[in-house]
Amino acid sequence: MLNQYIPVLVMTLAACGTAAGMIIATTIIGPKREFEEKMEPFECGVSPVSDPKSRFGVRFYLVAMLFIVFDIEAVFLFPWAAVFRELGMFGLVEMLVFILVLTVGLAYVWKKGALEWE
Amino acid sequence: MFDYTYLPSPNLIPSLVEMMLKIMFIFTMNMGVFAPVLGWVERKQSALMQDRIGANRADIFGFTLFGLLHIASDALKLLVKEDFIPRGADKPLHYLAPFIAVVPALVAFAVIPFGGKYMLWGHEANLVIADLNVGMLYIFAVASLATYGAVIGGWASNNSWSLLGGLRVGAQMLSYEVAMGLTLVGIFMVYGSLQLTTIGMAQENFFRWGIFLQPLGFILFIACALAENKRTPFDIPEAESELIAGYFTEYSGLKFAMFWMAEFLEMVTIAAVLVALFFGGWHIPFITHQGLIDAMGHLFGPNFGAIAAMLIHAAVFWIKVVAWIVILMLIRWSLPRFRFDQVMRLGWKIVLPLALMNIVLTGLIILAVR
Repeated sequence: MLNQYIPVLVMTLAACGTAAGMIIATTIIGPKREFEEKMEPFECGVSPVSDPKSRFGVRFYLVAMLFIVFDIEAVFLFPWAAVFRELGMFGLVEMLVFILVLTVGLAYVWKKGALEWE
Repeated sequence: MFDYTYLPSPNLIPSLVEMMLKIMFIFTMNMGVFAPVLGWVERKQSALMQDRIGANRADIFGFTLFGLLHIASDALKLLVKEDFIPRGADKPLHYLAPFIAVVPALVAFAVIPFGGKYMLWGHEANLVIADLNVGMLYIFAVASLATYGAVIGGWASNNSWSLLGGLRVGAQMLSYEVAMGLTLVGIFMVYGSLQLTTIGMAQENFFRWGIFLQPLGFILFIACALAENKRTPFDIPEAESELIAGYFTEYSGLKFAMFWMAEFLEMVTIAAVLVALFFGGWHIPFITHQGLIDAMGHLFGPNFGAIAAMLIHAAVFWIKVVAWIVILMLIRWSLPRFRFDQVMRLGWKIVLPLALMNIVLTGLIILAVR
């Protein structure tokens, strides 16, 4: 069983080697000329006036939280989908209840305005 | 007593050779053909669509080869550029971000079959690098890792535009990942598997191709895949007119090229998944898998016939993939960019409910037909 994953491992190692090689190459080969003004992060051509390490909208956190809920739903659906034909009507009704519960959740989130981006 | 199960089986050497050949083939296709050539295709195609002349300046003794020399000049330029890291940037993360972006793009291809199974001199060759039974789940898992690359790149640059791009990338890719998983549940129900070789063999009959059995799932999936790929109309995380270049604003040289390469390789993977799930994989319409092997066997004998069939099937698969890449690029150069609220509304309020509806409808239809 686990033998199947050996090619994946070999491929991952090859990909990591390629990526690391590219990063090392660009670090070694390129010139390095540093001076005060050049090292500033680019904002509009003048010195930066805003600090990127300041606060940002809470909605981005909200999306991440919603993602966890609904992505777990999707993961539950995958094994069910693979054996759906054997389960038949029983499986469908059972999963309909599960989807319904999550649809109620989606409707609640929607109503609360968590999906609005104005 | 010695445990004989640890002795190398007689099949070990051919299996190892087969594995290394397949991995080398996919790496050559991705790194040697698609990553460089797609850059040229995109420049030339956009020029054609916008009635411009396009990339044609790089030349050797006056020969430009339709701008193909730009591939070499681009690669050379990116290699010798200065690797710029702005002041205040998080250096380790700044190095890590392009690494995380490009590795998933390279390994996601492992489970996609570019041909079927063939008997060569008593050894069964299976044209897929890793025939995992969790197939599509592996692709989802690996593809979602790419989100980290973009988000970390945006965070580590100490640049306001990068941070905004990174946040947008996070929100957009997480939203569409949920929807993308749900759009394909219908396909898994129809074929009863997540294994891409099984799904591929099930599409031997032209009228059993995924596009005919899951038309709604196909449309929803292509929308999600475009959003995951972060290309127009979903390129709001790297919108050049408002965020310079979004999360990779502060990247230069090969590190910039790695983000750029990851985008193209993701596009190749998306095209390959579309072909494998919805467009019959390696099958030629109206010719069965075994039928072609037998026909070639009559012409060239059993072993060389199998090789001929293998080459034809692989060629058919890659032709379909290239056709899909061209269509994806046509979409990219035809449509304007969505606003961010439109992107999020499409993902959560349209694609997600429709995908759930598709699952219920597919279940009802499968049970009704049976």
